[in-house]
Amino acid sequence: MTAMQAIFLLLGLITFLSAVMVVVSPQLIHAGLWLVLTLAGVAGLFVLLEAPFLAVVQVVIYIGAIAILIIFAIMLTRRMLREDGRQYNNLWAGAVTVSLILFAVLTFLVLQEPSLAAGSEPLQAETSVLLQDLGRSMVDVDRFIIPFEVASILLLAALIGAIYVARPMMASEEGDREE
Amino acid sequence: MEFDFNNPFGSITRLLTDLLLGLGLDQPLVAFILAVVGAGILAGATLTTAGVFNIWLERKVGARFQDRLGPNRVGPFGLFQGIADAIKLVLKEDITPLGADKVVFNIAPLLAVMSVVGLWAVVPFAPQLIGADLNVGVLYVVAIGGVGTLSVIMAGWSSNNKYALLGALRTVAMLISFEIPMVLVLLVPTMLAGSMGMVAIVDGQDVWYLLMAPVAALVFFISSLAEVGRTPFDLIEAESEIVAGYNIEYSGMKFGMFMVAEFFHSFTIGALFTVLFLGGWRGPGSETFPLLGLVYFIAKTFFMYFVVMWVRYTFPRVRIDQVMALNWKFLTPLALVIVMTTAVVDKLALEQALPRTPVHLVLNIALILLTILALQAYARALRRKVEGLPEPEAGEVAGAAIGPG
Repeated sequence: MTAMQAIFLLLGLITFLSAVMVVVSPQLIHAGLWLVLTLAGVAGLFVLLEAPFLAVVQVVIYIGAIAILIIFAIMLTRRMLREDGRQYNNLWAGAVTVSLILFAVLTFLVLQEPSLAAGSEPLQAETSVLLQDLGRSMVDVDRFIIPFEVASILLLAALIGAIYVARPMMASEEGDREE
Repeated sequence: MEFDFNNPFGSITRLLTDLLLGLGLDQPLVAFILAVVGAGILAGATLTTAGVFNIWLERKVGARFQDRLGPNRVGPFGLFQGIADAIKLVLKEDITPLGADKVVFNIAPLLAVMSVVGLWAVVPFAPQLIGADLNVGVLYVVAIGGVGTLSVIMAGWSSNNKYALLGALRTVAMLISFEIPMVLVLLVPTMLAGSMGMVAIVDGQDVWYLLMAPVAALVFFISSLAEVGRTPFDLIEAESEIVAGYNIEYSGMKFGMFMVAEFFHSFTIGALFTVLFLGGWRGPGSETFPLLGLVYFIAKTFFMYFVVMWVRYTFPRVRIDQVMALNWKFLTPLALVIVMTTAVVDKLALEQALPRTPVHLVLNIALILLTILALQAYARALRRKVEGLPEPEAGEVAGAAIGPG
């Protein structure tokens, strides 16, 4: 076993165990913190795959923004400090069965992939070249410009929606004052 | 093996590699050991500077700003005050409050220090002297900053203290908000250099980016001041409102770690500003003598650190709603405008083969003038609004009108 494989196994184990802890930990905020560790583990896997850009983006977006927003939201809920005890009800056995079956099916499908048998090869191109290609493909008419722009419009709509939801009172107040 | 003075750091690495290979170790293992040693030296050396020298410097400079003497008892000019403080902090009782979440409580200070020390991995000190020349260096800086935010939220929550939680909540709100203009203006040096790598950005600065993008530099400086939580943005430890913020329950060296992280972070801002806008290690003669580059880098960094202290001891603190208004209504729109105009103008300048620096300078001056005009119009509108109200106190109403509520 090479050092790479050892690191991979360790990272995979950390990611997996913390993902399990996200689901089973009795306290909501602990679940949020375990989620951070899971996402960090995924970022580590990206590093091993020689994809530093994806790794850093994973940390920026998932840990720096989404996980913190989740924890923030948890802090604003009433159940934040309460130990809820059991996180599962009587259907847990069924849920475990279903998820095991799903896992088996997914594993089976992934193993059908022919390129998997060929073994992995290191990346041929420079990572910076790949990165430039990724950037260009977002604004290339023949490639991903439409999904990219649609996502932008969706985000813009969400932004405007958030502003509208956050300040209806102010608008009516100002309207009253002007009248 | 001869010692190459033009590439001293490379020579040291080669010397050590040969030494370890001579002991019969494998090549990958040697590379790993050297990486660990390098990281240890970097983190150890820089942390020592931060912990001992910078805190002394900050107290001394702050004292001079306030017409005091500052630490002057321990050692010459009080230089060893930092060491005495560190020993005191280590010896103090380590208290964990009742009902605290012990594991989270203990991890938080570690993350705080880690998030700051981690930044130095991508800072180029001199030619060929950099921890890791990631091609996504700028983004890495942003990512590590996110870890710092996480440490604040963990510390505030796990302390089982209402003041700590309140402090953490508003601190995190502020940190997340100020990350937006910071990330946006970080795109400006990225665009000018055509790379996110720190080394490429330094190499691209034949003319300092401070001259090509002064507005972006200013926005970066303001928002990174907020990221550290220094005055005028020190809502983190607003003693009069929330006692001490998220770190109120910490004692001994755990508190010390938060403090070291904060002091070290403001020094780090100096280093990042130097790399991104002041040409990093570049200066006369630094190409031929890399060690001279290190001197330039340190000199520029300490100058920027001095500016940070200057701001800290000169301006009063602003309220949370004013901080947020500054960010959302001023810095963020300005940053968006800078990013878009810089992209367009840079492309045009390249296509028309115009000289790059003057074009960008003109753009920035125009932006500054427009901003001032817009602020004047805003102030006038505000004043008109205020005059309609019955006999208000100027400061209060101005703040209330800016505020979100």
